[in-house]
Amino acid sequence: MIRSITKQKGTEEIVALLEGIERVFIVGCGTCVTMCRTGGAPEVEEMSQRLTGVGKFITGTMMIPVACDEISHEALSEHDEAINQAEAALIMTCAFGVQTIGRQLQIPVIPALDTLFIAKERGVGLFEEICTQCGDCVLGDTGGLCPVTSCHKGLVNGPCGGTNNGKCEIDPDKDCVWTLIYDRLKAQGKLDRMRRYQPPRNNQVSPMPGKIFIPIEERSE
Amino acid sequence: MDLRFREILQSGKFVVTSEIGPPKGTNLEKMIHHIDLLKEKVDALNVTDHQSSVMRYPSIGGVLCIKEQGGEPILQMTCRDRNRLALQAELLFAYSRGIRNILCLTGDAVPVGDHKEAKGVFDLDSCQLLQGIRMMETGKDLGGNDLDGGVEFCAGAIVTPEANPLEPQLVKFEKKIEAGAEFFQTQAVYDLDKFRHFMEYASRFEVKILAGIILLTSARMAQYMNKNVPGVFVPQGLIDEMASAPKGEAIKKGIEIAGRMIRTVREEGICQGVHVMAIGREEVVPEILAESGL
Repeated sequence: MIRSITKQKGTEEIVALLEGIERVFIVGCGTCVTMCRTGGAPEVEEMSQRLTGVGKFITGTMMIPVACDEISHEALSEHDEAINQAEAALIMTCAFGVQTIGRQLQIPVIPALDTLFIAKERGVGLFEEICTQCGDCVLGDTGGLCPVTSCHKGLVNGPCGGTNNGKCEIDPDKDCVWTLIYDRLKAQGKLDRMRRYQPPRNNQVSPMPGKIFIPIEERSE
Repeated sequence: MDLRFREILQSGKFVVTSEIGPPKGTNLEKMIHHIDLLKEKVDALNVTDHQSSVMRYPSIGGVLCIKEQGGEPILQMTCRDRNRLALQAELLFAYSRGIRNILCLTGDAVPVGDHKEAKGVFDLDSCQLLQGIRMMETGKDLGGNDLDGGVEFCAGAIVTPEANPLEPQLVKFEKKIEAGAEFFQTQAVYDLDKFRHFMEYASRFEVKILAGIILLTSARMAQYMNKNVPGVFVPQGLIDEMASAPKGEAIKKGIEIAGRMIRTVREEGICQGVHVMAIGREEVVPEILAESGL
């Protein structure tokens, strides 16, 4: 399952973002931020108390099941009264949710979280970034492990000289993906894949911002 | 004449290079002093490119100073700070100003340096930069467009003979050779038995290897490198030797060890030369070379 990984902004930053705003409505989400413990029901309750403590009036709070879903406006409409009393909505979801909700509310939306990366859940509480949607997939030559994402420098021709004991130069808790790629290709008898020269990458396969229209036809399944 | 360093590499002579770290600021006095001290003593002088991701006066500025002082410079270029447009533009500029030697590096990661929030570029890697140089030498840029006035460089790279694990590094080493590297300056080597073993492997390739010699300044520095510098392993014997130096004379012991290692590499012909790094103590490089008998 793909998860959006977040961390809470500090109180100081949130208070600064709410400068001049007294009445606040708070939104949490039941999906990724609940798993991350950054915007689930307990965190929304805690935030409500924290902001009350700094003199804000909380007009109401709510949990949206999946904030990034287009149908979240239906959930929001059930809280019209409390939302209408607020001068701003503090959104405790990832930036997908903040922007989805921002398009559906008249009042300003303020993010309470920073969105770090899109991850795969590897175990309870363990999330790893394994794809950056680069548009130019190299997994066929790298034993199914992505160096564009999992190497800090995104190197595609092998490890840098900063790797040490199979770990990354920037963090001994992070694996050097090129050590893992080497081991896997060796086990598969496919080291020739790693020996192939990879030319400079196309960084503009899908120039930012990504946008695509796929004509969806009915099909019988 | 034009590619003087390449000719030296091919001459069969024992090659000695060293390196200069540019200042943080525009006071070039100390750097120029180091250049003047070393330019006659070595075959070429590298200038580091924001070493350890610490922002400094640029390597291109340093190599031009070496050129002005009559020395033979090697321009270090990392892929950390420039995309392929900026790298190629700098190669054109360097060539137009008489720079003929390039050392191609990936570059240290941004978070290890002093601008921890900067964006790391890595649009190219060291293999692609080497290949890019060879492409530009055919008169085309990396976009396939014609160049009006080309380039020709003696291009080198680095290798870490004591990396752990070593095998993935050797794959990269071979890819750098295929991409066009003519010479390699190695990460520091201290255990010459291990280095001999590396050379048994590396000598099958048509490239010149210059063994990296980093001056030890104290036993603590050696321990620090063992703990913190990837691929550098100072054997306990050398650490003990450094520790045995009388107070205030550790640097003398370090010079003696570095000189002894260079002498061994040269006398036994283990590889084709040495690259001497005296990080911050460039003024003692002539003493190291004297100690080695060069």
